[in-house]
Amino acid sequence: MSTVTQHLSTRHLLGIKDLTPEDIHLIFHTSDNFKEVINRPIKKVPSLRDVTIANLFFENSTRTRISFELAEKRLSADVVNFSASSSSVKKGETLLDTVNNILSMKVDMVVMRHPAPGAPKFLSEHIDANIINAGDGTHEHPTQALLDAYSMREKVGDLTGKKVAIFGDILHSRVALSNIFCLQKLGAEVTVCGPPTLIPKHIDKLGVNVSYDRKETLQWCDIANILRIQLERQDIKYFPSLREYAQYFGIDRRVLDQAGKELVIMHPGPINRGVEISSDVADSEHSIILQQVENGVAVRMAVLYLLAAQT
Amino acid sequence: MDKGRLLLDRERMALTIDRLCYQLIEEFDDFSNTCIIGIQQRGVLLAERILNRLDEAMGIKNVEFGKLDITFYRDDFRRRDKPLEASATNIDFLVENKNVILVDDVLYTGRTVSAALAALNHYGRPGKVELLVMVDRRFNRHLPVKSTFRGLRVDSLDEAYVRVEWTESEGQDRVLLFGHKKDMD
Repeated sequence: MSTVTQHLSTRHLLGIKDLTPEDIHLIFHTSDNFKEVINRPIKKVPSLRDVTIANLFFENSTRTRISFELAEKRLSADVVNFSASSSSVKKGETLLDTVNNILSMKVDMVVMRHPAPGAPKFLSEHIDANIINAGDGTHEHPTQALLDAYSMREKVGDLTGKKVAIFGDILHSRVALSNIFCLQKLGAEVTVCGPPTLIPKHIDKLGVNVSYDRKETLQWCDIANILRIQLERQDIKYFPSLREYAQYFGIDRRVLDQAGKELVIMHPGPINRGVEISSDVADSEHSIILQQVENGVAVRMAVLYLLAAQT
Repeated sequence: MDKGRLLLDRERMALTIDRLCYQLIEEFDDFSNTCIIGIQQRGVLLAERILNRLDEAMGIKNVEFGKLDITFYRDDFRRRDKPLEASATNIDFLVENKNVILVDDVLYTGRTVSAALAALNHYGRPGKVELLVMVDRRFNRHLPVKSTFRGLRVDSLDEAYVRVEWTESEGQDRVLLFGHKKDMD
């Protein structure tokens, strides 16, 4: 019987910004154990058998939603799914009303994706359930950052002093912001690289390096995390054409070879093949894209498990 | 501060472990269809000792051995203040149709063993499961669980606490009985 008790410093996972480095290490340690669980012949434990979780997705998602749902089911939680497109939100109900109605049906935890930054924080101030942010607009996507850092740690060990470059659409990316917070808390050095129009002004105030040159950045980094061009969030033209973007900022075999070193390639998905990353790089032996997806379930199980204990 | 009453010292504990080994050999012969699974964390220490003695003194090698963590199977999750930290589970074989010797340090309420049985099911359907413990506290069982092999039987009050100490973790081998859990240093 284990006798060490540990718990997170927070009741909700709204963003990486609120976590302490100890929280992140506890999540990783717990994830290691869940990774063993999901590789068993029977991939299920009864920990959350008396917990009901609502997955509220006000924005489209494939990976995150399936990953959360699998994590919940493997912990034996009861799960209800909700997507905005087929709900009363279309009839004009407010967010708070929607959620309060769901909570009246005795739900203990809420996993929410919402297009408005801060929506999970707003909910956490008004309702009693544990809230997990599964992406809020361009703000944060904490579980993605945790699984990214977990996958990096699995590949290269302790992240202290490691050099991580984030390529692509930094301006519209919640993954970028969560990744920056998470990596800095773990002691890694971060550079963001992309066209000037897609790099937010004053991002250097967060303590990250800014580069507009993919070749120079590839030479500098140990790990390259390549983000998707978020066309659905781009209301104006930020670059002339996808072809031009691919030519100047895409990562393909040729620029990777020019860097002349072993790099770890990551991408949170969905991939725009041939735009920010070429197929031969995405499918190469350096790529850990599919390991990221596998680790996603283990990390989300750890987050759900640790938060469920914070009643 | 209660220093605890000594129930077993180093020599007696070594004798007890030897006796348990002989009992296992009597029952399971050469361990060909038998595996030993220690419950994390304290049961693993006892299981390792038993494996060691089987090998060194009795020449029985290559007994299948696994470590089982039951944190995710506990029935008091969300009912205690803080969650327990999980340890690693490491069972790289299926227990299908095998004799399983489940090992823990102390049998008391029976809840740990019950959780371990639930966890064990996820590695196949064992042929037969036996329970081996260093200390069997007879009173205040919450569930109908009994030990097959035991080092020592202890009859004590509910508020008492029995601690099995190991050289690996506490610096010496011994079994102590405390009048109250809070008396332990």
